[in-house]
Amino acid sequence: MIPELGHFALIIALGLTILLSIIPMWGAWRRNVTAMALAPGLALGILCFVSIAYVCLTWAFVNDDFSVKVVAANSNSLLPLMYKFSALWGNHEGSLLLWALILALWTAAVATFSRGLPLLMLARVLSVMGAVGVGFLSFSLLTSNPFARLLPGTPADGSDLNPLLQDPGLIIHPPLLYMGYVGFSVAFAFAIAALLGGRLDAAWARWSRPWTNIAWAFLTLGIMLGSWWAYYELGWGGWWFWDPVENASFMPWLAGTALVHSLAATEKRGLFKSWTVLLAIFAFSLSLLGTFLVRSGVLTSVHAFATDPARGLYILVFLALVVGGSLTLYALRAPAVSSRVHFEWVSRESLLLFNNVVFLVATLTVLFGTLFPLIMDALGQGKVSVGPPYFNAVFVPLMALLAPVMGFGPVSRWKRDKTARWFAELALPAAAALLCAITLPLLNAPYNVWVALAVMLAAWLVFGLARDVWQRVRSGSHLAAGLRRLTPSYLGMLLAHLGFAACIVGVVATSQYALEHDLKMQPGDAKVVAGYEFRFVELVPVRGPNFVADEARFEVYRDGALISRLAPQKRRYLASGQVMTEAAIDAGLFRDLFVAMGEPVGEQGAWAMRLHYKPMIRWMWLGAILMAVGAFTTVLDRRYRRQRQTATAEQPGLAHGV
Amino acid sequence: MHPIRRQRLLLVLFIVLFSSAAVGLITYALRGNINLFFPPAQVAEGKAPVGKPIRVGGMVVEGSVQRSSDSLEIAFQLTDYKAQVDVVFEGILPDLFGEGQGAVASGLLGADGVLKASEVLAKHDENYMPPEVAEALKQSGFDHKGKPQ
Repeated sequence: MIPELGHFALIIALGLTILLSIIPMWGAWRRNVTAMALAPGLALGILCFVSIAYVCLTWAFVNDDFSVKVVAANSNSLLPLMYKFSALWGNHEGSLLLWALILALWTAAVATFSRGLPLLMLARVLSVMGAVGVGFLSFSLLTSNPFARLLPGTPADGSDLNPLLQDPGLIIHPPLLYMGYVGFSVAFAFAIAALLGGRLDAAWARWSRPWTNIAWAFLTLGIMLGSWWAYYELGWGGWWFWDPVENASFMPWLAGTALVHSLAATEKRGLFKSWTVLLAIFAFSLSLLGTFLVRSGVLTSVHAFATDPARGLYILVFLALVVGGSLTLYALRAPAVSSRVHFEWVSRESLLLFNNVVFLVATLTVLFGTLFPLIMDALGQGKVSVGPPYFNAVFVPLMALLAPVMGFGPVSRWKRDKTARWFAELALPAAAALLCAITLPLLNAPYNVWVALAVMLAAWLVFGLARDVWQRVRSGSHLAAGLRRLTPSYLGMLLAHLGFAACIVGVVATSQYALEHDLKMQPGDAKVVAGYEFRFVELVPVRGPNFVADEARFEVYRDGALISRLAPQKRRYLASGQVMTEAAIDAGLFRDLFVAMGEPVGEQGAWAMRLHYKPMIRWMWLGAILMAVGAFTTVLDRRYRRQRQTATAEQPGLAHGV
Repeated sequence: MHPIRRQRLLLVLFIVLFSSAAVGLITYALRGNINLFFPPAQVAEGKAPVGKPIRVGGMVVEGSVQRSSDSLEIAFQLTDYKAQVDVVFEGILPDLFGEGQGAVASGLLGADGVLKASEVLAKHDENYMPPEVAEALKQSGFDHKGKPQ
């Protein structure tokens, strides 16, 4: 009964999204205040009904209702409770429902927190989001109903959640990623609304910016968690594979990064308006493309679920509608919103432009590499694959080009600046960065020119920022007053850029200094890696809630002192019979020690073992967290709240229209 | 020239220069970094290039997996039920690798017809077959159990 209730709620939600996509849009066209005013209520109604559907499916998972197909295929009575909650999105149908729920959340959030927005704008924004909702809810209901039953023929027990997904990291990775993906639909909706209304100014950018920053922050965290999960769960010790689905999440991130920066120029200077709109369209289209790549199974990937051509076709059509429709609208309306603002070449605008070009080119190269196999296959050129060397060869130089220019960003001034002033400001940071590059790698490790370069670029960013903070704080009457002058948006930028610097160091140091040994070991054996002695003490069988495992117990010594005990496992899950490697990691700020089991070799209880030494790998993820925290911080800025009050004062704001 | 127009011209020039640099970079990176897929039948016919990175996919022949007792070297055969290819690999295989299962090996083909694999991919879950393997089997006209289709 409960699953049918969920199904019914989902159908009602679809009906409401159809209403939301039509009525307020019509109201905005006819200037009908009543029709427009329906939008927030409809948005909340959609959230209510999608939540009911979601709760119903969760109920089915928690209560082991194996007559529901999705539950039977992805859960098991032995599955620990928290994984029963997350098993919901460990499959195609459920993850679409999660997607729909998050879209409903974002729509309701816009409806709730943008009361200060002119009604005309709000109605259009919510209407566009409603249209996106129609696309996804009908996709869910027509091609992948999560509430489909297995009647008759209900199995006695479920076939269990894929063991790879039975992991805390995977509980939060998809929701965060979806928050990011779907969050860009807000930026998209604002862009479309602006095109429709012909109104694109600083106020528009100020409305759109906090939403974009939040979406970007969630996406950053989602990607970071995915990378972290791959590192400890896949058992290879890798953290980024340029897998098509990783790329699918990375492309909207790259486009989103460009968008976040171009929005700054649009808000502060009224520049790059039509460009910003285009980026918002790109970012969301890439999110949809990502969904298509993941859901249609056209590419070989860890994330590909069993394929179904109907689904792929549906998303492809939806994607074509969204991209085609929005670009047509853009072509028709962009001239009306383009800007006539002048700026000098030596200015913050140029630096932001450079940022945008780099990120756009990066997006396109990743897009090209990801789609290249599909294109070649379609042209009958055979099945090719594009490997990580391609992506590294194009991506690394682009980022290396970005970092030096990025250092000028914070100290630069809008409109017109002088190179002489830049050099005067940044001579000291540059010298300090150079000094760091020469001395730092000597402290602890063999000299490596790439690490030295990375340290230099990171130090250049950090010292440049420090110099800028110092300048700003010093201009206050005393220290506290100076610190108060730093606004949340400035602090956010600071954190995000520091995070980028940390990422540079983490990525390069890990790739250059990591030591990886695959070898045969039997109990009693020892191996020294980077000064750490890994002793294989014993091999014991252990039993978990829904698996049995062989556990290798390791002790790690440094200079004769025991510093860590590691116990990697090789698990066999009972329900599916699937074998899984559970790596053991001793994490540290400056180095990770990683042990994973391969398979038994020979007769004497020996195993193939993976021993890794990964310096600075945490810096990469910490950097990503800093970036996300930075993006969240910017939203606290007073000007986003103040605008709400002033905008409220001039209700209903119809005068702002075309 | 009007300053705004001049600015636009410079902008366009900048973008053109930058993107041609990017295209150059891409072509450079693509050379030698794409590897073509071959079903075992084509490898046996000598259609696959020797000494260039390729991928070969098929089902792992039952009873063909041989592990060395003192190193991590593993030898196995991949088949599309028309022909077989010998593969050697040193390292740790993915968890889902197994006899009678689909796998894709990428590496260099030796003159002796043995593929020296640097990476072996196995399918990631029970219901999922790497598209390349599915394609190879379709070409050879057998299903994954070796029965003619």
